[in-house]
Amino acid sequence: MFSAFLIKYAEIGVKGKNRYVFENALVSRIKAVLAKCEGEFDVPKSDGRIFVYAKTAFDYDEVTDALKTVFGISGICPMEGCDLIPIDELGQKVCDYINENIPDRNVTFKIVTRRANKAYPLDSMETSANIGGAVLDRFPEMKVDVHEPELVIHVEIREKIFIYSEEIPGPGGMPLGTNGKAMLLLSGGIDSPVAGYMIAKRGVRIDAVYFHAPPYTSERAKQKVVDLAKEISKYTGPIDLHVINFTDIQLHIYEKCPHDELTIIMRRYMMMIAEELAKQNECLGLITGESLGQVASQTIHSLAVTNEVCTLPVFRPLIGMDKNEIVAISEKIGTYETSILPFEDCCTIFVAKHPVTKPNLNVIKRHEKNLEDRIKELFDRAIDTDEVIHID
Amino acid sequence: MKEIYLDNSATTKVFPEIAALMTKIYTDDYGNPSSMHNKGVDAEKYIRTAKEQIAKTLKVSEKEIIFTSCGTESDNMALLGAAHALRRKGNHIITTKVEHPAVLRTMEALEKEGFDITYLGTDRYGVISLDELKDSVRDDTILVSIMHVNNEIGSIMPVKEAGELIKSINKDIVFHVDAVQSYGKFVINPKKMNVDMLSVSGHKIHGPKGIGFLYLNEKLRIEPLILGGGQQNNMRSGTENVAGIAAMGLAAKMMYENLDDDVKRMYDHKKHLIDGITDIEDVSINGVSDDGIMGAPHVISVSVKDVRAEVLLHALEDKGIYVSAGSACSTHKKSVSSTLSAIGLEKNLLDSTVRFSLSVLTTKDEIDDAIKAMHELIPVLRKYKPH
Repeated sequence: MFSAFLIKYAEIGVKGKNRYVFENALVSRIKAVLAKCEGEFDVPKSDGRIFVYAKTAFDYDEVTDALKTVFGISGICPMEGCDLIPIDELGQKVCDYINENIPDRNVTFKIVTRRANKAYPLDSMETSANIGGAVLDRFPEMKVDVHEPELVIHVEIREKIFIYSEEIPGPGGMPLGTNGKAMLLLSGGIDSPVAGYMIAKRGVRIDAVYFHAPPYTSERAKQKVVDLAKEISKYTGPIDLHVINFTDIQLHIYEKCPHDELTIIMRRYMMMIAEELAKQNECLGLITGESLGQVASQTIHSLAVTNEVCTLPVFRPLIGMDKNEIVAISEKIGTYETSILPFEDCCTIFVAKHPVTKPNLNVIKRHEKNLEDRIKELFDRAIDTDEVIHID
Repeated sequence: MKEIYLDNSATTKVFPEIAALMTKIYTDDYGNPSSMHNKGVDAEKYIRTAKEQIAKTLKVSEKEIIFTSCGTESDNMALLGAAHALRRKGNHIITTKVEHPAVLRTMEALEKEGFDITYLGTDRYGVISLDELKDSVRDDTILVSIMHVNNEIGSIMPVKEAGELIKSINKDIVFHVDAVQSYGKFVINPKKMNVDMLSVSGHKIHGPKGIGFLYLNEKLRIEPLILGGGQQNNMRSGTENVAGIAAMGLAAKMMYENLDDDVKRMYDHKKHLIDGITDIEDVSINGVSDDGIMGAPHVISVSVKDVRAEVLLHALEDKGIYVSAGSACSTHKKSVSSTLSAIGLEKNLLDSTVRFSLSVLTTKDEIDDAIKAMHELIPVLRKYKPH
């Protein structure tokens, strides 16, 4: 019976003097996800390793699934624990472990002992050798290979003894909160939730902004975005979702600007609003789901025109990815099913049949002059409509 | 904001007396009607009363009422049950192109089982032709299913004439009528109309969701859809939804108490609404004609050129007015309404059609407000056309 987990982390290991910051962030995120699981857990750090000890009964699948959402974890090793038993008993204990967990025993193996508790009478080499002998006695089909074993059985001697052999891959990345916060432009589509996930994976906390355009978009479209935010928040932690009423700006642009430039001008105003919200909420960058060339507003010319309104860095983690690669990630993180629900979003309602694909910044700016009489007022009013939905 | 609910073909508000009755059953008379003790007997009484109330409205025997969970289940049970029971007699079924999905999807399932289905078309008012029906009947026809009132445009099918016609050709052909939109608005007499099976739903007549019934002619044997403890004479197993059944009975009784007045008032409202909005340019009403075809009293299908139905719906919602979109369309998924296509509505109006549907609770003031809102909104929405 597994009663503990060894948490392995990769990149944090090389962070020098800041290392404790990263480790503490990882521990606190692990505690946060475990708080939502059945059971009680301790998450101590010791000797450059993080452990999860179950203090009560727990659901193994629920806990491993939860740990798989914690950025910074490279591997999760389920461990069996026992008291500090003498070496001959420990040998049998390891044999029992093999009996239970390793169905195919026609393998080469090695025992790796790590003796953190120096009070244990044998050193690590002696312990390994002793256990290896016991295993060979009990399972004659197993063979020792210390160089390229097919199976490695780890024995951790601490205040208790832990045995493990399996490592479940974690999501990798860096612990949340070690890299500031950014504002995600979240639509109802496939791309933007994936973009949020990818930046969060680098340790960035996420807030999000959604533009809705009643009566052109429905409450259900908004609910869909709330659902998407909820799904990525499994990975990204709590999200403040800002819902902005964008209708008046959109209609103003529709009235005053050429229709083939609607989308690009609309995008510019979305970026401006997102940046304003970012600044109000201590975000240090913007995140979009843009992928180069995917649609007219995502050509390199269009992106240059859109980007021109921003002073904060804009992170576009999907920029070089193909649609099928993005879909694969969205399926993995569980947002795909929601993303493809058929609700109108504000980017599609007035889209021109032939939107510009190579907008010229000067031309766009000239046309934006037509908006001047009311745009400042509409912009401020849009910011005032900000409805914050706290998602956790 | 005042709430003006004009989506009564989707569902209706439960009458307070009905909700009170249900609360009493849930909290006091919660017995299982199959139990042998008094609690069970008390519960059974509610079912008996409901059957009496409903049977009276249809002038049929109480034994002929089978409670189901909804109109969809009634349709499924009738069509699958009859088709399977009659399989040896023939393989051909007739229905219409404008049925509710509860019928259309069931017909598709029967088609996959090997049944041959004929779908009757309609004229531009959504009404089938009796000649086409007559020509469609074959020697191996076993079942005909025609809705009484269409849910999208309110057209009234000539079910009485159809029943007569079918039975005059072959009295063994089973005739099913989906009366979900008509029960409570029309006097329906299945025996005189040659209807063997009739589907009804509770929540369209101010009862709760989760209850419906099927009238099943006692001479007819069909296969049950749901098997189990043998409740309702083995025709529909599962512990009876006592509160829902009692509510359905009371709703039936209440709907037929002042039927003539209620229907007249709804027709007045319908005419008023039509007169009030058709003076807006390029607004047209589906399923009604200038020379007297009025359709059902409670359904008004309105096409508004150059305005997307979903947008108009949300704009009306903004003023507290609730309606339906005739055909749920978005840029992501085109699901064109079978009824609107069948009546030959122009393509550009398919996505520009909303449905107002009235109930006995609808007032003239509410219709006035709806008219006013349409006059305000349509010119504004037309300024911003989708491309």
